[in-house]
Amino acid sequence: MDELLKILQTNALESRENIARMLGVPAAEVGARIADYEKRGVIRGYQAILNEDELDQDKVTAVIEVKVTPQREGGFDTIAHRVSRFPEVRSAYLMSGTYDLLLFVEGRTLREVAAFVSERLSPLEGVLSTSTHFMLKTYKRFGVLMHQESSDERLSVSP
Amino acid sequence: MNGSASLRNRLNTTVRDIPRSGIRDFFDIVSTMKDVISLGIGEPDFDTPWHVRESTVFALERGATHYTSNFGYLDLRRALAKYVRKAFGGEYNPENEVLITVGVSEALDLALRALLNPGDEVLYHEPCYVSYRATILFAHGVPLAVETRAENGFRLTRPMLEAKVTPRTKVLMLNFPNNPTGAVMSRADLEDIAAFARERDLIVITDEIYGELTYDAPHTSIVSLPGLCDRTIFLHGFSKAWAMTGFRLGYACGPAELIEAMMKIHQYTMLCASSLSQKAALEALARPETDIAEMVNEYRRRRNYIAAAFADMGLESHRPLGAFYAFPSVAKFGLSSRDFALKLLHEERVAVVPGTAFGACGEGFVRCAYATSLENIKEAMVRMRRLIGKL
Repeated sequence: MDELLKILQTNALESRENIARMLGVPAAEVGARIADYEKRGVIRGYQAILNEDELDQDKVTAVIEVKVTPQREGGFDTIAHRVSRFPEVRSAYLMSGTYDLLLFVEGRTLREVAAFVSERLSPLEGVLSTSTHFMLKTYKRFGVLMHQESSDERLSVSP
Repeated sequence: MNGSASLRNRLNTTVRDIPRSGIRDFFDIVSTMKDVISLGIGEPDFDTPWHVRESTVFALERGATHYTSNFGYLDLRRALAKYVRKAFGGEYNPENEVLITVGVSEALDLALRALLNPGDEVLYHEPCYVSYRATILFAHGVPLAVETRAENGFRLTRPMLEAKVTPRTKVLMLNFPNNPTGAVMSRADLEDIAAFARERDLIVITDEIYGELTYDAPHTSIVSLPGLCDRTIFLHGFSKAWAMTGFRLGYACGPAELIEAMMKIHQYTMLCASSLSQKAALEALARPETDIAEMVNEYRRRRNYIAAAFADMGLESHRPLGAFYAFPSVAKFGLSSRDFALKLLHEERVAVVPGTAFGACGEGFVRCAYATSLENIKEAMVRMRRLIGKL
């Protein structure tokens, strides 16, 4: 992967000037390359990585395994696109194995998520069955540990 | 204490007369202060790869807690011979040409003690790692320092060696990529040195602990040059490339006669390297490419950043090509390296190491290690710039 993208994945707020220094290229080139990635849709947005367990909020997340019937013409894409459009669905993936779609669904309460599954998701044509798991605690998201690692134990000066 | 002066007189005179490392001296000052950003740390800030740590715990559970062969576990030596062939181009028999040691420091000590008779001379280049001169003296050798220079990228050249060599010179020590300068030697540079070693019939000890950490071109080891394997002791370890400093695990590869001699000293003084560290090292060799690649990329970004920042603030520096050190010149500010470092520490709370800790010719330079987060480096550069503006 392009070094530039790796830097942005580590810290999307890094200034163009600093990125330019790290890559040893002019700042204008960094700006142009980022603009190009955005235009091409490779970069689809920038978000903060939150430790939501630290927030005092009413929210539950469920991981839902969905078995579906692939449709003529569209295959899995038609049903997957349809499911993905629900704002409750935060992430959706086509999977190999014993089920087809893996959804990450958010709601304010358990009841709300249950209602989404029974009233919106399950009745969809092509959805054969669902299996819902509620998330209890987050240890790592997007490669970032959600608990503090122990502090730097190195000596402050060493040979 | 009353008896302290007389006890001091009873010390071995070599040990008594060697000063403590200048690094230690500086550490004592820095450790009393708060909120210091340290560019003085000569070890990686990365964690040891998780699979290595996890498998060390497993090794402990399984009971790998006993003495190993004096040479070290044979499976580790086999894996090392394979790795050294692939990464450095040296051919070694794991049965009798590889010795596992407690870090490169022990390996270096063993090599010198195995080779030197009192009065034998050792050529080494300065600025260099803090232990070289002391280790030569402890082995009753005579250190011959060859000064490398910034204008030359701190590379070693044949004329520099010719100016110092004598008929009593037995050993040539090399350390590239270099601590503290970040210098590396190209294949052509090394060919000159190799020819010199062959003509003068010198034993070469090459400390290539930073061999994996080069940023603009792949590292060339002197052991890959024709005819050098037979007269060279190659030293390497896991501290830098795998961020495993505390495991204290290094190794030496060389001709069987030399390794056997080193093993004898190791056998009687150390017995063997830590069994757990050896297990960890074996796991580390399972996928070196993946473990090291991302760290190298990150070091390169930091190197680029720090080089650009020095240029912006008008601090002269040769381009560091390897290890994780920059070695800029502070001579133009009219302060000694030590005074500059103290001023930077006291006024801006940034720790760097005075170049003189690495040999007298390090005067006029400071070592800035970029083995710390980019955030720290950025802030350190802002502070350094501020200090320089006042000088």
